[in-house]
Amino acid sequence: MSESEGWFLQELETRGVSRRQFMGFCTAMAGLLGLPRTAAAGIAAEIEKTGKPVLIWLEFQDCCGNTESFLRASRPTAAEIVLDTLSVDYHETIMAAAGEQAEENLTRTVRERPGKYLVVVEGSIPTGAGGAYCTIGGRSALQIAREVCGQAAATIAMGTCATFGGLPAAAPNPTGALGVADAVPGVKNLINLSACPANVENLTALIVYFLTFKHWPPLDAWRRPLFAYGKSIHDNCERRAHFDAGQYTEAWGDEGHRTGYCLYKMGCKGPVTFQNCPNVRWNGGTSWPIGCGHPCIGCAEPDFWDKMTPFYQHLPGAPGFGVASSVDRVGLWATVGVGAAFAAHGFLSLAQRYRHSEHHPAAREKAEEAQRRAEEEARKTLDSGPKGGES
Amino acid sequence: MTYVVVDPVTRIEGHLRIEAEVDGGVIKDAWSSCTMFRGIELILKGRDPRDAWAFTQRICGVCTTVHAIASIRAVEAAVGASPPPNARLLRNLIIAAQCVQDHVIHFYHLHALDWVDIVSALSADPAKTSSLAQSISDWPLSSAKYFTGIRDRVKGFVEHGQLGPFANAYWGHPAYKLPPEANLMAVAHYLEALDWQREFIKIHAVLGGKNPHLQGFLVGGMATPVDPDKQASINAGSLAELRRLIAKGRDFVTKVYIPDLLAVASFYKDWAGHGKGVGNYLVYGEYPEDDTATSSLFLPSGVIRHRDLSKVEPFDPAKITEQVKHSWYEYEAGDGEALHPFKGETRPAYTGPEPPYERLQTGAKYSWLKSPRYDGEPMEVGPLSRMLVAYVSGHKRVKEVVDLVLERLAVGPEALFSTLGRVAARGVETLVLAERMDAWLDALSENVAAHDLRIHDNSKWDPASWPADATGAGFHEAPRGALGHWVHIKDGAIANYQCVVPSTWNAGPRDAAEKRGPYEEALLGTPVADAGKPLEILRTVHSFDPCMACGVHVVDTKRRELATVRVS
Repeated sequence: MSESEGWFLQELETRGVSRRQFMGFCTAMAGLLGLPRTAAAGIAAEIEKTGKPVLIWLEFQDCCGNTESFLRASRPTAAEIVLDTLSVDYHETIMAAAGEQAEENLTRTVRERPGKYLVVVEGSIPTGAGGAYCTIGGRSALQIAREVCGQAAATIAMGTCATFGGLPAAAPNPTGALGVADAVPGVKNLINLSACPANVENLTALIVYFLTFKHWPPLDAWRRPLFAYGKSIHDNCERRAHFDAGQYTEAWGDEGHRTGYCLYKMGCKGPVTFQNCPNVRWNGGTSWPIGCGHPCIGCAEPDFWDKMTPFYQHLPGAPGFGVASSVDRVGLWATVGVGAAFAAHGFLSLAQRYRHSEHHPAAREKAEEAQRRAEEEARKTLDSGPKGGES
Repeated sequence: MTYVVVDPVTRIEGHLRIEAEVDGGVIKDAWSSCTMFRGIELILKGRDPRDAWAFTQRICGVCTTVHAIASIRAVEAAVGASPPPNARLLRNLIIAAQCVQDHVIHFYHLHALDWVDIVSALSADPAKTSSLAQSISDWPLSSAKYFTGIRDRVKGFVEHGQLGPFANAYWGHPAYKLPPEANLMAVAHYLEALDWQREFIKIHAVLGGKNPHLQGFLVGGMATPVDPDKQASINAGSLAELRRLIAKGRDFVTKVYIPDLLAVASFYKDWAGHGKGVGNYLVYGEYPEDDTATSSLFLPSGVIRHRDLSKVEPFDPAKITEQVKHSWYEYEAGDGEALHPFKGETRPAYTGPEPPYERLQTGAKYSWLKSPRYDGEPMEVGPLSRMLVAYVSGHKRVKEVVDLVLERLAVGPEALFSTLGRVAARGVETLVLAERMDAWLDALSENVAAHDLRIHDNSKWDPASWPADATGAGFHEAPRGALGHWVHIKDGAIANYQCVVPSTWNAGPRDAAEKRGPYEEALLGTPVADAGKPLEILRTVHSFDPCMACGVHVVDTKRRELATVRVS
C-alpha cells in the first residue's frame, strides 16, 4: 500500500467514512479528473496506474505566505502531497523548470486536460496599468488567471489576497487588485480559503472532503467551507471563559496577560472573525496567534486591512466608537448585533485614515463617504441590535 | 549573438525576469526585471504606526519576520520606545530561527536543483551512496536500504510519467557534474529538509503563535508574555521545548547541510570563478547583545568596497539613495535624481510594453525595482556581505568557519567573491547562528529565573505620548541582506513610509550612470552551454536567493494614483 492510500484511509477513518463510501468517491473523482471508471476499484491503485490529480498553483500579487503554509503541511506532509498524492504540474516557487520550459508545463496541462485539473491561486490579481503590475512570462496575471481558472475543474483561492484582494486591495488599492471571484467572473467551482495566510490544514481537509464526498462542501456567503469558517474565533477561543468572567488583559505583560486573560480590550477581533484557528491551530498544533498573547487581527474576513484596523483599538461594545465602555455587553453584541456595529467601526477607521491625506481630493471624498456609511451602519445597528442587552 | 529570456525565474519568491545577450557561449550583458508591484507604502499612509508591522510583514511570506522587525524598530526609533531585554532576546531568537530555516530551505529546495540532477540519481548504487554519506557525516539516515527506498520512490514517480514539479527541467544538462550517488544523497536530503523545516520553525509558533506571518510583534516590545509560573506564558516548559527544537535544528545543519554543501561544492569549484558581481558589500549588522542605543551587534555592520579585504568602513545611513532612471517610476525633479529614503518619492508610471510582451525595452525603463545606491555605488547585500564584514572585522567564530571551508575546498579568500562564495557564505552563517541561539535562550532563561518579566515598554504605547512630528529608521539583517524601513509619523499617523529591501539592492536595474545592479553585473562572463536551457543563469541568480515581492516603494503625497478599474 502506498503512503498516499495510507493517509487517505486514515483520514477517512477519522471522519467515519466507510469503505463503501470511499469507493463511491473514487468513481466521482474518476469522472472529474479524467480517470477511467475502474478507478473505483481503489484510488491508490488507480492513481499509480493512470495518473494523479493534477494541480496548478498560480502566484500573482502574493507574498508566498500560502506556499510557505503549504510547506508546513503535516498530514499529509508537503513531500507526500508533491510526490505521492497530487501531480503539482506548475508551482513557481518549487518547480525545477524555469522560463520557457516552466510555461510549457502550464500551457500543456491546460491544453491537454481542460476541465480536469485543479487550480490553487495565491495572491491578488491587479487590473491597473493594463495588467503590467504583475506579469509572468510576459503575460499579465489577469490573462493567465482567466485562461487557467476558466478551464479548471475547480479553483481554490488560497489566502485573503486571492479571495478578497487582501493587502494589495487595501485602501487606496493602488494597483486595482481583485480576488479571483471578481477578476474571473463566472469561474466554476470556486472555493475561498481566506486568512493571511490560509491554514494548510484547511486546504488538505478541503481536498479530502472533495475526494471523500464527491462534491465540494457547503459554503458560506463568501464561498468559504462551513467546516472551517462556520464559527467565530470567539466561540472556540481558549480564553473565552475569561471573557465571560470579565477578566481582561489591560497592558502588555501585566498579570492578566501572563495568565492568559481575554485580549478583547487590547483590540482582539475574534468576535467578528470566522475561522477554525483555535481548533486546528498552527504548525502541527503547536500554537495560534491568541495563544502567543497577541489579539486576533481578523485576517480571514473581507477587507480586514481596512475594517479591522486600527488593530489595537477594541471592538465597539455598543454603537458609539472607541469608547471603553460596555465591555460586558459585547458578548451579546457579538452574537447578535456586533457584525453591523463592526462594519460601522470599519468605515469609521477608513474615514479617519482618509482624513490624514487631506490634500488629495479623492481621499477627502472617500473620507466623507466612509463617515456617512459609518453613521448609517451605526443607525442600522441601533435599530437591529439586541434589546435590553444591558445585563 | 543569442538573446535569452528567463521568465519566470522559478524557485524564488516572487516574479523575476532575466534578459541576457549570449555570445560565444558567454553572457555579454544582462538585465534584471521585477515584474510585480503592489504599492504597500501607499496603502500604509494615514494608518496607525503600531499597525504598520503587520502590513509590511505581508511584503514577504518567505522571510516572514523581517519586515515586521524593521517596521517596529523604525517606529520605536521615531516614538522613543525602548523594548526591554526579554523583547530583544525573543526577537534575536526569532530572527536567527528565520535565517537558519530560510538558508536551509534555500539550499535544498530553491538552489539544489541547479547543481543536482534528479534523473541521474535513479542510476545510483544505493550501497555506494551509503558509503559516500557515511564518509562525510555520522547522520543516522544513511543505510543502503534507506537510499534504495528513496531511489525507488523517485523511480516510481518518474516511471508514471508524472514528474509534477520536476517535469521539463534541465536534467542531463552538461553543466551537471555530480556522480549519481551524490545526486541520490542530495535528493534524500531534499526530502528530509522538507520535514526538517516544518519541525524547526515550530520555534516561531512557540514565540509568535504561527509561521508564516507570526503574530507576536508589538511596537515597544513583544506580545509573548514570559512567566515561569504561568501556562499562557513562555515558561519552563516552553523554554525546554525551544532548547530541544534548537538542538535538533542545529544537528541537521551540522550533520547534513554543511557536509552536503562541502561535498557538492567540491565538484563545482569552477563556480568560484563565475558570478563575481559588483564587489561592494553593505551590512547594517544584527543581533543586539545589550539594550543600549549603541548596542554591540553579534554580526557587525560595515562596508567593504572593491573586494578590498584589508578594511571595513563604518556604515553611514545618510549615504543611501534610490534612483529611477530605469525603473517604472517618476521623480518630480527628474529621473536623474538620487533621493535619500526620508525624501523618497514613488510615482508608479508604467512605460513598458503592453502584456503579453516578448521583450522589455532594456534601454529605457524595465523594472518595478528602483536602483538603491550607497555613496553612489551599487552594493551587494546578504550572507556573503555579512560574512565578509564579520571576517575582516575579526569575528572569531566566523573567521574559524570561513577558514575551515576555504581549507576544505583548497581555495583562497578571493574565491568568496563568486557564485560559489555566496552559497558557501550562506552555509557558514547558518552554522554560526545555529550555534549562537542557545546563548540568547540562556539569557532569556536567566532573566525569567530572576523574575524579570518585562516584555514591553508601555510608556510609549499611547500615541498621546509621542512627538507630534517624528521620523525613525529601522535597520535589520534579513536572510537576504540589509533591510531598512524609514517612517515619518505626523499627529499619530503615518505620513510617509519607505522600505529599501535586500532584493532591491541586489536585483535592481541600472542607475542613472548606467552602472549595472549586482545580479546584472554577476551574470557577465557566466558561461551558457545551451542558450535554450540557461541553467547557468539560474545558478548565479539563485546564489543571491531572490525575493522579489519586496519590490515596493515610497508614497508620493501629491500624485497618488488611485486605480478605479473594475473588471466587468
